[in-house]
Amino acid sequence: MSKYIIHRLLFMIVTLIVISVISFVIIQLPPGDYLTSYITQLRSMGTEVSQEQIDYLRQQYGLDKPIYVQYFKWMGNFLQGDMGFSFAWNRPVNELVWERLGLTLIISISSLLFTWIVAFPIGIYTALRQHSFSDYFFTFLSFIGVATPNFLLALVLMYVSFKYFGINVGGLFSPQYAEAAWSLAKVKDLLSHLWIPVVVVGTAGTAGLVRIMRANLLDELGKPYVTTAKSKGIPNYKVILKYPVRIALNPFISTLGWQLPKLISGSTITAVVLSLPTTGPLLLDALKSQDMYLAGSFIMLLSVLTVVGTFISDILLALVDPRIRYI
Amino acid sequence: MNNKNDDTYENEIYAASQKELIWMRFKKHKLAMAAGIILILMYTLAIFAPFFSPHDPYQRSVSYKQAPPQELHFQDKEGNFSLQPIVYPYNKEIDMETFKDIYMEDKSNPTSVKLFVEGYEYELFGLFKSDIHLFGTGNKNVPIHIFGTDDLGRDLFARIIHGARISLSIGLIGVAVSLFLGILIGGIGGYFGGKIDLFIQRVIELVRSIPQLPLWMGLSAALPSNWSAIQIYLAITIILSLMSWTSLARVVRGRFLSLREEEFVIAARLMGRNPLEIIFIHMLPSFLSHIIASLTLAIPGMILGETALSFLGIGLQAPVISWGVLLQKAQNLYTIANAPWMMLPGLFVIITVLAFNFLGDGIRDAADPYSK
Repeated sequence: MSKYIIHRLLFMIVTLIVISVISFVIIQLPPGDYLTSYITQLRSMGTEVSQEQIDYLRQQYGLDKPIYVQYFKWMGNFLQGDMGFSFAWNRPVNELVWERLGLTLIISISSLLFTWIVAFPIGIYTALRQHSFSDYFFTFLSFIGVATPNFLLALVLMYVSFKYFGINVGGLFSPQYAEAAWSLAKVKDLLSHLWIPVVVVGTAGTAGLVRIMRANLLDELGKPYVTTAKSKGIPNYKVILKYPVRIALNPFISTLGWQLPKLISGSTITAVVLSLPTTGPLLLDALKSQDMYLAGSFIMLLSVLTVVGTFISDILLALVDPRIRYI
Repeated sequence: MNNKNDDTYENEIYAASQKELIWMRFKKHKLAMAAGIILILMYTLAIFAPFFSPHDPYQRSVSYKQAPPQELHFQDKEGNFSLQPIVYPYNKEIDMETFKDIYMEDKSNPTSVKLFVEGYEYELFGLFKSDIHLFGTGNKNVPIHIFGTDDLGRDLFARIIHGARISLSIGLIGVAVSLFLGILIGGIGGYFGGKIDLFIQRVIELVRSIPQLPLWMGLSAALPSNWSAIQIYLAITIILSLMSWTSLARVVRGRFLSLREEEFVIAARLMGRNPLEIIFIHMLPSFLSHIIASLTLAIPGMILGETALSFLGIGLQAPVISWGVLLQKAQNLYTIANAPWMMLPGLFVIITVLAFNFLGDGIRDAADPYSK
């Protein structure tokens, strides 16, 4: 087991290094370096920038050095928690990132829980009532769920709630709490707003998981041990919940690996539509205004979240399913 | 008697080739058949877009800004039922309290909708010039907007089917690129096995663990702004395929692992064929149908990807028309509350994606020789 964990850990580190290179490439991609555009921006606003200042900035960001040195410098700073400077916001990237990252995490994890809570019973139910009306109904719904892009669902929800309930569902906080410090009331307010993005982000995953759960359970239900258990007179619900469901549960953990990237992606675009104060809109703005330190750091951090999540899900799966071999 | 009939039936089955068997199984899959027909319709609409659209998708109109869809009345001028529908032009009034445009049907001017009418002039494939359109009023003063218009008074229906040209083709091209990558990389892994396979498996896992959308956003935002529409289009396609070849590679690898021990592959290897030839000439044909199914299932992801990027404003840009670009207009609450028909391109996205999913499922079931 420990060998397996070390293996996965090593792989995770390699993945993170590759992702850091990709993020750095994205930072470097726009023509010219960001300092040039920053200086132009300052000059256009009438601020005098002396040659000394420019040289100082160049040195600080290592722009006078070859590209690989720049990468290591960026990476080194990143590991120490210094993610560079956002020229558009005129603030260090760290300050901008952390609060928003927290909210992104809250949305992603709640969506994951939502996915499980909804998909689990529906999956079991449709498997037990195969070919019934409700089976077809939920299968159809889950097809629609998979086919509808996140942002479209968000738009439709926005339209429906505005048209029929007269409320604007955007944002995560009511106006009076948006700038307030954290308190119990603010948490309550957050919870009352949270369900919309959670439903929107979770729908596609739920639909996929229902289908996996249903297929797995159907496979298990036909196996001899289920018949044996039934013939011994064990009550039906016990037979089903105790053995086949437990095995059919594996995908809930094993799909965590690909659910997480999807959830993070999904919450990015949903957040833009619903104007949530999470990473999504800030990342989009940063990309559009070529505020590349901010954008690169976001992509890096989102990827780190995903990769670590995948790592945890792999370990969990190995713990839960004794049939997994530790290679 | 019955016996004889059964015999001929069995003989027919026996004589059927693999292709015919697949087609017979596929035909039983009603949902997949329906999906196939819908997709054929969609692509026909896209290919002959100018013929099907009553208006030029770029033509603006001041008197029809954000006008709601016009109703088709199936009655003649006397009010009796008729198969030839009529439309009424709109009169615009301004609500003095909210300063919103209100469109009222001008009942005094019923105009019948005709088939194959003359309209704006267009060119098909750069070859034919024509001004015949499938339907229209034939009257320049009475437009027909069955899906309403956008904020500049452009016909939404025309824009949607012109947008289909880009949105539907980007999926095909993207899938072609990822198919090539998938077969090449997955094939190498499955063919050689061992360490190379392990390495490729890790690379695939690595790519899959990166959150797609942020990376797509990063890459497409970095495209130079002075690129032409076609360059951006191609670049976006490649960006989309960079992530999605992995699932195809997995399918191909699995098939290769089971195929490479087969006698005909060993024979080809012993005869000294090089690996690429063995992969593409000998092994590929034996799981082509399976690949086609996976391809069909990969297209929707591409379409959704393009839509998402363009919707965010970092994919394709106006004046190019794609479904994502059209949906960009429906981004704020103000628009969708006042002009909900601006969300119609989304309906097309959903229908197309659903259809590709059903079609792919059908092909997969039909192509599986072990299915009942």
